[in-house]
Amino acid sequence: MLQDAERKTLQDTARRLRERIIEVTYSCGGAHVGGAMSQHDLLIALYYKYLRIDPRNPRWEDRDRFVLSKGHGGVGHAVILADKGFYDTKLLDDFNKTGSPFGMHLDWLKVPGVDVSTGSLGHGLPLALGMALGGRQQGRDYRVYCVMSDGELQEGSVWEAAMAAAQFKATNLTAFVDRNKLSLDGPTESIMALEPLDKKFEAFGWRVLSIDGHDYDAICEAIETAHAETGRPVMIIADTIKGKGVDYMENQTAWHYGGLDNDMRDRALASVRRMK
Amino acid sequence: MAKAQGLTWTVEDADSMTQAEVYGEVLTQIGQQNPKVVALTADLAKSTKIGRFGEVIPERFYNFGIAEANMIAVASGMAETGLIPVVSTFATFASMRAAEFVRTDLCYQKRNVKIIATHSGTSFGTAGTTHHCTEDLSIMRTFAGMTVIAPADAYETARAVAAAIEIEGPVYIRIGRGFEPPLHKSMDFDFEVGKAIELREGTDVTVIATGVTVVHAVEAADRAREQGVSVRVLDMHTIKPLDVDAVVRAVKDTRRIITVEDHSTIGGLGTAVADAIAASGKGCAFKKLGYQDQFSIVGYPEDLLHLYKLDGDGILEAIGLILKQDFEQDEDWEDEI
Ligand SMILES: Cc1ncc(C[n+]2csc(CCOP(=O)(O)OP(=O)(O)O)c2C)c(N)n1
Repeated sequence: MLQDAERKTLQDTARRLRERIIEVTYSCGGAHVGGAMSQHDLLIALYYKYLRIDPRNPRWEDRDRFVLSKGHGGVGHAVILADKGFYDTKLLDDFNKTGSPFGMHLDWLKVPGVDVSTGSLGHGLPLALGMALGGRQQGRDYRVYCVMSDGELQEGSVWEAAMAAAQFKATNLTAFVDRNKLSLDGPTESIMALEPLDKKFEAFGWRVLSIDGHDYDAICEAIETAHAETGRPVMIIADTIKGKGVDYMENQTAWHYGGLDNDMRDRALASVRRMK
Repeated sequence: MAKAQGLTWTVEDADSMTQAEVYGEVLTQIGQQNPKVVALTADLAKSTKIGRFGEVIPERFYNFGIAEANMIAVASGMAETGLIPVVSTFATFASMRAAEFVRTDLCYQKRNVKIIATHSGTSFGTAGTTHHCTEDLSIMRTFAGMTVIAPADAYETARAVAAAIEIEGPVYIRIGRGFEPPLHKSMDFDFEVGKAIELREGTDVTVIATGVTVVHAVEAADRAREQGVSVRVLDMHTIKPLDVDAVVRAVKDTRRIITVEDHSTIGGLGTAVADAIAASGKGCAFKKLGYQDQFSIVGYPEDLLHLYKLDGDGILEAIGLILKQDFEQDEDWEDEI
């Protein structure tokens, strides 16, 4: 269990940055807002409690690595990196604009704090595994975290990496599934079913923890369990809500990607401000 | 309201629809008449517009989830049984994620599968480089037996889709995101796979363009004409098999050729035309416009075409430059080699 004050700090930060996601989505003309909201509490827990990083030294060799394998969640990642001080949040006014460092999917060569350029789904887990093996090989003690989306798990490359991570006992790698149950065309279970997902990863040699992906006590407990695990890589399947926090977006396939007008923005902000 | 009509399909109000919407509609009508046609996508039914087929003919529609390589190989297997699979996803995933499956399972095995690749070039500009696709013409051209088409607008896309179904063997059709300006005003033009369309006559320079850049080539030619320069414009919608005769005629008649594509200058239209010029054995001033061994940046598609000099301004500038460019007339080579 978290201390009340710490839980409240995480929740307040999450709410404040959900508002930023809405503002950037509004000003940039459109973003993958649904998935940014579902992944958000996982990223907040990592960035505000666990990740060993230094915004003044984004390429620090011993930093923990973070791979947003669902690269379309970039808008959510970008507001967090700005808030952590990797760059001026005003830069996000140019999100999506021609010549801006920020497009829908973040580029590590242009955005400080980003470790890999993602966007094409199914690349992140193998990339993260490589970083984990590279760290271990060179005697570094950093950890690697990878957040995948659930539709992404339909890519074969994810399962190739899952096999390899177990084979090489990459216990310094912790992966998450943002299990919001919707992809672009609709529910994962009616398009290409993933369940029983926990059993699949277990069969591939992972320790699997299933949690509520919006409950900070559960998220933090799972991450600490992963840190203590010495035999297998750990997959945290986080049950989440696409569009979490914005009442009219929650669980709506149509809000995978979208733009906001003034009224939508105001209603979205009001909804987020009502969150715990 | 412009009606677009082929032998087997009719699209009402075609000029208010995007390239992808028109293709979705045409493919659906073809599917209604030909029970061998099946449609496949990878969680991009809505984005590519192949979902229209699924709404009307759900029993012949397959959504594989986000799994492009698998989808291509399954399509090959389906084609073995006599079906005509039409596969649609973003160009970057069709041509690169699934590349070896396309080469080995469709081309090497001569399977009758059609790929309709959307969001090509920098048409999905704001998504950034992972979603740009400036390599597909090059990759697809190298696969033996592959037909490669890059229609210039919605009308041409309709014609290309209908023509592709009639071709026995793999076909790759490359279109944009769907917000590209129209080129043709109606269906009143000849379209034949492998035959360039001469949109402007000209004697000083030939601009050979493909896909979204054709409309910009026409604009540049019209502006050049006002300055007294006579520019021929060829809409080279088929990259493979290339209309070599049209290229050789351009060499002979204008002696100056510019190619334009929303694609790398390595391996695509420009390279195909260069091969044809070289094989002709004739001297010719030549310029390739496209992305010059670089990854395109984030931005709005129209800005990017401007930035990389692929719009009317950029092509006009290239016309000015190529008029000044010297080239070897056929003699006097001995002392230089
Ligand atoms: C290899 C690949 N194929 C297709 C896409 C296009 N695409 C972007 S997001 C998306 C759906 C994502 O759904 P999901 O993975 O469940 O993400 P979330 O719901 O968390 O946003 C698709 C198909 C892509 N980015 N990469």
